[in-house]
Amino acid sequence: MLRDITLGQYYQTDSLLHRLDPRVKIVGTFAYIISLFLFRNITIYLIAGLWLFAMIRLSKVPFRFMVKGLKPVIMILLVTVICNVLFTKGTPVFSFWKITITDEGLKMALFMTIRFVMLIIGSTLMTLTTTPNQLTDALESLLSPLNKLHVPVHEISMMMAIALRFIPILMEETDKIMKAQLARGADFESGNMFKRVKAMLPLLVPLFVSAFRRANDLAMAMEARCYRGGEGRTKMKPLIYKNTDRRAYLCILVYLVVLIVGGFIGKRLPL
Amino acid sequence: MQIIIDQLNYSYGDGAMRQQALKDVSFSIPKGQFLALIGHTGSGKSTLIQHLNGLLKAESGSIYFHGEDISDEDYNRKKLRSKVGLVFQYPEHQLFETDVFRDVCFGPKNLGLDDNKAGLKAFEALHQVGIPEELFYVSPFELSGGQKRRVAIAGVLAMEPEVLILDEPTAGLDPRGREELLTMLKKLHKQKHMTILLVSHSMEDVAKYAERVLVMEKGSVIHDGSPKEVFSKREELKRLGLDVPEITDFMQDLQREGFPVNPQMITVEEARQEILKAFKKGQLC
Ligand SMILES: Nc1ncnc2c1ncn2[C@@H]1O[C@H](COP(=O)(O)OP(=O)(O)O)[C@@H](O)[C@H]1O
Ligand SMILES: [Mg+2]
Repeated sequence: MLRDITLGQYYQTDSLLHRLDPRVKIVGTFAYIISLFLFRNITIYLIAGLWLFAMIRLSKVPFRFMVKGLKPVIMILLVTVICNVLFTKGTPVFSFWKITITDEGLKMALFMTIRFVMLIIGSTLMTLTTTPNQLTDALESLLSPLNKLHVPVHEISMMMAIALRFIPILMEETDKIMKAQLARGADFESGNMFKRVKAMLPLLVPLFVSAFRRANDLAMAMEARCYRGGEGRTKMKPLIYKNTDRRAYLCILVYLVVLIVGGFIGKRLPL
Repeated sequence: MQIIIDQLNYSYGDGAMRQQALKDVSFSIPKGQFLALIGHTGSGKSTLIQHLNGLLKAESGSIYFHGEDISDEDYNRKKLRSKVGLVFQYPEHQLFETDVFRDVCFGPKNLGLDDNKAGLKAFEALHQVGIPEELFYVSPFELSGGQKRRVAIAGVLAMEPEVLILDEPTAGLDPRGREELLTMLKKLHKQKHMTILLVSHSMEDVAKYAERVLVMEKGSVIHDGSPKEVFSKREELKRLGLDVPEITDFMQDLQREGFPVNPQMITVEEARQEILKAFKKGQLC
């Protein structure tokens, strides 16, 4: 019941995107997300859409896995669309009772939806093709200049790696404890708000206890292996750029240039 | 028959991740039986028992409890869960209340009993599992591992189930703890005529306590019989990655070496009698 959250789930296969250096993928995803917000016209959505489509094909991940990532955010999307349609002022196209729907509102909602969907699919694609460990390694490497400012980059990325690693474990644990309490006649579904919150206690207390127990065990195990933080620590699989990665950076650059040019051209067009 | 399971199928996941965990499982459990469920890890034992109190819903097939189909829309599943008590693996992880007594009251209170009645049930249940009264009002998190487990089992017993299902209840206990726990189960079985289904990896325990053994393999029940019958198939069990009790192994080896003993002995006590008998006949030495 708690297993369909795709964000942060890796899809195992062998593709160009899977083999790419994770740093390239993070930078690429970042560039892609920013590119979605640079302009607001149809040309850049076309260009970004083509780019996304190409990436999806390159990744060899079945499309339904990306759609799965959309499911949890569909409610948020609906709410923003409705708010935009209802509360944007401008030229009215349609009026009903106290509600006026404007041309600007409709456009805004449409653009919002496209942007949102493309954003989620794009970032889902990154987590589908990159293992959590690669992601945190890449972040550590990308953020390492901050070390000079005494930001504990290694510690932060270690914490992220551990947190990511624990998400599926804690989900499984939640499922188990929930079932155990259901077997004792617990009821998580009926009753009013207050009652339901109270009914969560038999689930939350054991979950916290177990999270602390696991954290404790892990700390102990790390200490037993003489973990002392990042200083002087070497990696088993250090990140090294290959030719493909350099070419990929070039592609990202080309994409950005094309998009910016397209954006300026699009500004002149109607809509 | 108290429980009838008919052609049960179940799969986890969907699409490419789909994995069949139960395949055409059929058997029935008469009231008051002590039966054991054995099988390699991943053979579907835990999945099967979660169907028996309605926590998982069968994909196809049906389960009847006292003749009523538990998957019917209007079947009262909450009541079923009180009648078929399920103790999960490592049940101590479900404890949450501020003291032991309150935790055990959780089940009966969920059934709608008032504080007094729930308290009475909790009191009895804690006695049954052998928790001394001075521990009733301490935090469950301060107890030892074995004590925690017994408190968790009391939490299920307090709902007074007719059927008690335990998923590897002795995992991680010391020899004394497991002995006490199993003796307690035996007592419940004898005195309260409770039906008990024990999932276990210890063939010795199965041989000593169970009246009937079910063997699961890749989601199907492949053997169903008395411990003696099942453990006589040593080679086949070995192939499935399962053992027979060590003493049965030993007796079968003895017989193969030409000693005139009946190899179908599954407990140490029986084996001793059998060997002594052979000695008395003077066929040895
Ligand atoms: N929550 C779950 N989600 C997906 N697959 C599961 C889940 N629980 C069990 N399985 C799978 O179902 C099969 C049977 O598991 P289980 O019933 O736990 O076996 P056992 O208790 O005999 O070790 C295993 O292959 C296991 O991987
Ligand atoms: Mg199991």
